[in-house]
Amino acid sequence: MSGYTIDGWEIVVGLEVHVELATATKLFSASANRFGDEPNIHIDPVTLGLPGALPVLNRQAVELAMRIGLALECTVQPCTFHRKNYFYPDMPKAYQISQYDQPLNVDGWLELPGGKRIGVERAHLEEDTGKSTHVGGSGGRIHGSDHSLIDFNRAGVPLVEIVGRPDIASPEEAKQYVTELRQILVAVGASDAKMEEGSMRCDANVSVRKPGQPLGTRCEIKNVNSVRSLGRAIEYEARRQIALIESGEKVRQETRHWDETDGHTHTLRTKEDADDYRYFLEPDLVPLAPDAAWIESVRAALPMLPRERRRRLAEATGVPADGEAVMVVVERGQDDYVLAVGAAGGDVARALVHVKEAYAEQGSIPSVPAADLAGMITLETSGRITATQAKTVLSELLSNGGGDAAAIAAAKGFEAMDASSLEALVDEALAAQPAAWAKYCDGEEKAVGAIVGHIMKASKGQADGKAVSAILQARRG
Amino acid sequence: MTTAPVSVAGIGAAVRSGEVSAVEVLERHLAAIDAREPDIHAFNLVTADAARATAARVDADVAAGRDPGPLAGVPIALKDNLCTRGVPTTCSSRILEGWRPPYDATVVRRLAAAGAVFVGKTNLDEFAMGSSTENSAFGVTLNPLDTSRVAGGSSGGSAAAVAASFAAASLGSDTGGSIRQPAALCGVVGVKPTYGTVSRYGLVAFASSLDQIGPFTNDVRDASIVLEAISGHDPLDSTSIPRGPVTTTEVLDRGVAGLRVGRIVDLPGGSDPEVEQRLAEAFDALRAAGATIVDVELPSMKFGLTAYYLIAPAEASSNLARYDGVRYGMRVDAPDTNAMYGATRAAGFGDEVKRRIMLGTYALSAGYFDAYYGKALKVRRLIHDDFDRAYAQADVLLTPTSPIVAFPVGAKVDDPLSMYLCDVFTIPTNLAGHPAMSVPFGTGADGLPVGVQVLAPTLGEPVMFQVAAELERAAAR
Amino acid sequence: MADSSPRITPEAVAKVARLARLDLAEADLARFAEQLAGMLAHFADIDALDLSTVEPMTQPYPLVNVMRDDVVSTSLDRDEVLAAAPAAEDGRFRVPPIIGLEG
Repeated sequence: MSGYTIDGWEIVVGLEVHVELATATKLFSASANRFGDEPNIHIDPVTLGLPGALPVLNRQAVELAMRIGLALECTVQPCTFHRKNYFYPDMPKAYQISQYDQPLNVDGWLELPGGKRIGVERAHLEEDTGKSTHVGGSGGRIHGSDHSLIDFNRAGVPLVEIVGRPDIASPEEAKQYVTELRQILVAVGASDAKMEEGSMRCDANVSVRKPGQPLGTRCEIKNVNSVRSLGRAIEYEARRQIALIESGEKVRQETRHWDETDGHTHTLRTKEDADDYRYFLEPDLVPLAPDAAWIESVRAALPMLPRERRRRLAEATGVPADGEAVMVVVERGQDDYVLAVGAAGGDVARALVHVKEAYAEQGSIPSVPAADLAGMITLETSGRITATQAKTVLSELLSNGGGDAAAIAAAKGFEAMDASSLEALVDEALAAQPAAWAKYCDGEEKAVGAIVGHIMKASKGQADGKAVSAILQARRG
Repeated sequence: MTTAPVSVAGIGAAVRSGEVSAVEVLERHLAAIDAREPDIHAFNLVTADAARATAARVDADVAAGRDPGPLAGVPIALKDNLCTRGVPTTCSSRILEGWRPPYDATVVRRLAAAGAVFVGKTNLDEFAMGSSTENSAFGVTLNPLDTSRVAGGSSGGSAAAVAASFAAASLGSDTGGSIRQPAALCGVVGVKPTYGTVSRYGLVAFASSLDQIGPFTNDVRDASIVLEAISGHDPLDSTSIPRGPVTTTEVLDRGVAGLRVGRIVDLPGGSDPEVEQRLAEAFDALRAAGATIVDVELPSMKFGLTAYYLIAPAEASSNLARYDGVRYGMRVDAPDTNAMYGATRAAGFGDEVKRRIMLGTYALSAGYFDAYYGKALKVRRLIHDDFDRAYAQADVLLTPTSPIVAFPVGAKVDDPLSMYLCDVFTIPTNLAGHPAMSVPFGTGADGLPVGVQVLAPTLGEPVMFQVAAELERAAAR
Repeated sequence: MADSSPRITPEAVAKVARLARLDLAEADLARFAEQLAGMLAHFADIDALDLSTVEPMTQPYPLVNVMRDDVVSTSLDRDEVLAAAPAAEDGRFRVPPIIGLEG
């Protein structure tokens, strides 16, 4: 991935990811943190910014934020909350309580599957806003709308904002970063991190430069709603900036909106005065300083993270950690299962292949008991059933939620033919196909097809194709 | 009892024991309101019907043998910046005219639980910003002792209500002197407790790190009783000190023998000569009662006004941003939301509020933060540290509460700075977070009341009340 | 700054009024500018102080780690709240088109 360029230009990307935490209540009040209910039922004086309301910090939100920070190798430090002051109808207090110069988690990193580390500058707590819907415009957009409607159910939901350093150098790396981050968030139980549902939101800061040159002017891209869109948006934006610069113009620092339908970024209408947020320490809250015991207990309780899972699975199977099979199986959460199949006596590399191919729909706790799958794999690797037959047995195991592979194979007459039966079949086939045999002996590889086909037909498919080919090759000499 | 009880202590005991009915006590106070309220305008709203219902309930409880609480039947007035569910809470501002909160402030719940009867919501300077109640959008409150003069502010209505016997006690809020100064001008007792001892949940915020709720009463014992009823930890307020209620009744008769009372040698001058004379007499009285008078220095005290008038408006500019016409209160319609904000807030806020919002916004804005708000926080530290040094040598300090007696209506409205100087002796206490209270002590020019202020260190309410009680005894002689 | 803090100009007041969403007429802007300038001149008394080694005071009482349990507690009644709203529709708060604001 290093050395990625577009027409000789390097891309520099820094990602800001907002994650909704999976707490029962909001960050600063005890209304429910729930998605998808009737509007404005999870409300309280704090959520609505009523006169006289005061915030009180949710301990579980701090716990989950620490899990995220520690999983990203951050330092957890004493921290404070600040007010970020600006007006918007979905902001009930006209300020957001966030963290400014003393955030909870600082200086970590996220390792991409290929080994490259992307720096994480900080991961801090802040509250979410309400949601506005726009009525009367086209496509529900603000532009041309008649009025807007505000639902405050989401207002006050705890967010962690994860700010990555601009170490990402390509759209592909950006996608890997977000994919890996999502897995980490789910693994530690901090969030369900679904971009399509808005519980994980990604903004990309993109700039371009010639190798060796200082950083260029960056633009912030918003409204990216999937990993795929992220890659497309970064690619588009980089090319847009390159075209601008090469035509003699300057890139203007601004926020741009990604439009999925036309595949372009567009300027968000800029205002004359950039908003001055007038950050100051939140006087209604007190400092947060998790003690060493709490931090250590969170760290100790962290589950095995995806990176470590991949490493463990790769070691057990001899397959690369950033290869597709390991990545897919770990992402699905099926790696424990593969290892359990190995522990039950099945060949673990073979188990990996089967689980990757056949278990796309199964969850992280597949229906087929590990011992049952191990049994089938053992039949396969010992040669008693062919690869093709193994697939049939497996699909039966899957539809029954398990079973005795040997019994299934026997019931289907799948026991593989032994060597002498195979030799006899080959003798018969050579006698029946002398012309094909002569061509094959002369070096015409394709001629073997007729012979193998004859054998498969004669054995009603029970002969192991690979074993037959091996015998023929050996006989040819 | 042959005469009807008028004190909180007297009423509470008499109603609780069944000697006197709550309804009778209430009717007496409602009659006083009927007679003089048109001349004084202490209230934005008199809640006679609800009060009668509550009083009847209290009497029913007593008759049934249920204890209604230590404030049984006590008529209490509430400053109109305290949220009362279903009852308009306007902060004397057009922007909240008619707004009914859907919840009660914690102090309101606690008083109700103690059996109190709420007679109404009292007038204040708009959003508690002022020292004369002339900034109210609903007209000024006049001083019951001389209705050509102001009652002080911002809690002018609450002070006047007690001075005119409309209520046996009232609650106000104090950010820079807004309880103590009107108490002094109206000749009643007013207490600002240690920051964090009384929950701010449900107090419409002016300056979050300075605001505290406290009682107005006719005597020190009553203040002690009411303060105990409203104070103590509240989990809904993150700045609430984790301790039980403030109890001071047991020290009221101890006298001051052996106590050290501090005289601030570098106290800012400019007070009325009669006020300075009363203060000198107060020192004499305490000395005669066995206290030692010590000289202390508070060199930073003179910078208190500046620090306050940068910190308080800064916090207020943020606290008042929520009044935007979206969720509650006044709205001026406009073609878009941004225009609606500007029009609503321009129409809804009075001049003093606008001035302070702008001053505060300026003090926090980019490029000015360090010069103004940042510096003011450091000056606050200097003042706090000065007090620490002083309290190493003295148990309490004594100053005038207000440099002047009640001034004529209109005398200072055109000179905001001159108005601000009313709080020169009260502001430092708020900056330090300490308790202080005003005790009536003789009269000044034109026979108008003078208040002496007793200041104490953090959680020093017991010694503060101890000295206040002695001053009260001396004043009565 | 070596000398007193900068005076506040009518332009600065206009900018601040915009930040604070206060529509002010020209005459008011001028009047407020004069009053604010007077106040700021008075507040210049702290400029003489050497505050280089002084820590800002941000809390009156030193509390730390105040948190609550993650347990749902009753919400407000939506009807009561929406009845107090300036405009409501379909269970939501209604506002004019959201133009000219950062989102």
